[in-house]
Amino acid sequence: MTATPSPPSIPQRANTGWDRFQRRYAPYIFISPFFLLFFAFSLFPIIFNAYLSVHSWQPGSGLGDMKFVGWRNFSDNLTDPTFWKSLQNTAILALESGVPQHLIALPLAFAIHMGLKRVQSLVTAVYFLPYITSVVAISVVFFTLFSWQYGALNAGLNALHNLPLIGGLFPAEKINWLGEVQYVQPAISLVVVWRYVGWNVLLYLAGLQAIPGDIYEAASIDGATRAQQFRFITLPLLRPTIFLAVTLTLIGGFQLFEEPYVLTNGSGGTGQQGLTTIMYMFRTYNSYSDAGVAAAMSWLLFAVIGVLSLINSRLFGRSGLAGKD
Amino acid sequence: MKYPYTRTLVLALSTALALGSAQAQKTTITVGVFPDLDSVIKAAIPGFNKLYPNIEVKINSLAYADHHNALTTALSTGKGAGDVEAIDFGFVAKFAEGNGMTDLSKAPFNAGQFKSKFVGYTFPQATTQDGRMVGMPTDVGPGSMFFRTDLLAKAKVLPAQLNASWESYIANGKKVVAANPGVFLIPDASEAAQIILRTGLKSGEGMYFDKSNKVLVSPTNARFVRAFTVAKQIRDAKLDARAGAAFSPEWTTAFQKGNLATEFSGAWLVGHMQNWLAKDYAGKWNAQNLPGNTFASYGGSFWGIPAQSQNKDAAWNFIKYLTTNPAQQVLAFKTTGAFPALKAAQSDSMFNEGVAYLANQKTRLLWRSAAAKIQPIDVNRLDPVAEQIVNDALSEVLNGTKDIPTALAQAQQLVERRAR
Repeated sequence: MTATPSPPSIPQRANTGWDRFQRRYAPYIFISPFFLLFFAFSLFPIIFNAYLSVHSWQPGSGLGDMKFVGWRNFSDNLTDPTFWKSLQNTAILALESGVPQHLIALPLAFAIHMGLKRVQSLVTAVYFLPYITSVVAISVVFFTLFSWQYGALNAGLNALHNLPLIGGLFPAEKINWLGEVQYVQPAISLVVVWRYVGWNVLLYLAGLQAIPGDIYEAASIDGATRAQQFRFITLPLLRPTIFLAVTLTLIGGFQLFEEPYVLTNGSGGTGQQGLTTIMYMFRTYNSYSDAGVAAAMSWLLFAVIGVLSLINSRLFGRSGLAGKD
Repeated sequence: MKYPYTRTLVLALSTALALGSAQAQKTTITVGVFPDLDSVIKAAIPGFNKLYPNIEVKINSLAYADHHNALTTALSTGKGAGDVEAIDFGFVAKFAEGNGMTDLSKAPFNAGQFKSKFVGYTFPQATTQDGRMVGMPTDVGPGSMFFRTDLLAKAKVLPAQLNASWESYIANGKKVVAANPGVFLIPDASEAAQIILRTGLKSGEGMYFDKSNKVLVSPTNARFVRAFTVAKQIRDAKLDARAGAAFSPEWTTAFQKGNLATEFSGAWLVGHMQNWLAKDYAGKWNAQNLPGNTFASYGGSFWGIPAQSQNKDAAWNFIKYLTTNPAQQVLAFKTTGAFPALKAAQSDSMFNEGVAYLANQKTRLLWRSAAAKIQPIDVNRLDPVAEQIVNDALSEVLNGTKDIPTALAQAQQLVERRAR
């Protein structure tokens, strides 16, 4: 590089302080609302949480009462059978609720995309409704369904039991859906699936709309059926969307809190089958008043989610698929 | 550099204020409270201001859970708490931790001087292991057995047969359920265990820990074995509605449909029953002592002063008025049914009146004598942890996944690993 000649003369006005200030800082000022909010509500809590995780502290006593305990909070969690139990519950619930979500949402989105042109938005909106419904309302609805003595589900089963001929196929006794060990997790999963299918449908629809129509046209000219089109065109081209949707479900599933919390009344349900790690963390903070242990638990969960996301990305993400296409 | 300057300014300002209004210097105190207890404060202010015209009381009322959350945050950060804060019994252990609340047993408050004037078990409830007192008791929840007279009559069971002992409660309960299809004896079997766990404690024992922090939860502790056994018998006899905790949807529905023959609860339940929970069954409910000649407390409220308060003296004057003034305690009882913690308030003539909802039964006398018989229970900072663990163990026993010795042995391990 040769030395550049002095720049063409700039009008004197441009060198005033205000103008220079503007040029230099305007972008930062414009972007600052995001960063201020991010620092106050995301970065600071994360750093504070990390700090908390190596301290012993009771919420309710002042900040000055924190005591440094090193890794003790982490080892406490790792030796706590309830923590492992909660992690196991979380994994089962994530699987039980995560897999059906996609097995339903993907074909459903394809059907809506292909079959319904006019009422597509309406149908999507209807499926999306549970996602934006308040959890309290959802809990009321599902209690009315699942309630042991007063639930609609048991009333329906009872009516079926009283039918002639096929009545014997249905149970005579009322089933305590939220009170029996074997039903708690499926009941929670059902609500989660119901709530998030619409969200995934929306994601998949967006992905489907990005696939050019002429590919389908070409395929149908070649004599491909709808099923073949789905298998050989839609699925491969939808892979990035599937990866995104599965990643979101994975993260969401491991952070499950609201549904099991309201359905079990915060108790974790019979046999603690509905106690997820986030619920246990909340309990450790809120009723055990052990903020340090709760903070450490959130970091451990973060590590679990991180590892699983990494595996997911290796298997289905861009890097994992690079060699195959 | 800033700090001394601010202090000078504050000093100058307050001097100016003091000079300017030497006669009517008003102190404003803020009271953090939840409904219905806020109605008690509202009713108390006129009487209080007659005695203390210079203390202005501001009310900051939040929903029950929000109030305790906001208080936790305020105590954590050292900012934003009121001068007087209501603490429900379930939260005493939480706020007893750390130094967020003022120790009322110390000078200048010396709350200990009032101890003999209050229902016996209330002071230990508000006192931590290391002897600090975090709140003055204002109302108590003496427990009793509520029962449906019509359902019992149909089974030809007398109330005295139900509450004679836990065995007779179960035996006669079966008759009540048999005579009234669709009716359950009790919302949840675990309630019986909770009562048994709270009674028959040896002196110096808490519910889960003794004075030296030794864990009492164990498969060899007769109290725990008995509690779990009775609850299991109730569940196995299919007498309970498996409704879980009070105010769960299942519990509420069972009440509203009139499908419960008995319930164990505090005197305050009557207010809920007559207002919304069991409106249609007025006159059909009645009350007696808990089974097996036991006495237990269901909740209660306390007034405390956060350490961060700048008006501790005024706050203490208000608390003293709320808790030690018999007329005010009676007024609170009339306002919301908050059963007085102050013994002097329990001799008011209204205690001889019948309770309309309970078919004019004179239950206040029943509650008064029950309150006097409730044992004090020592509080341990790990009580919330132990309670959760024991409740989980009980749920597994009731559910049939574990037998009693196994469940209690595991619970013991879980509690012990927390108690270090």
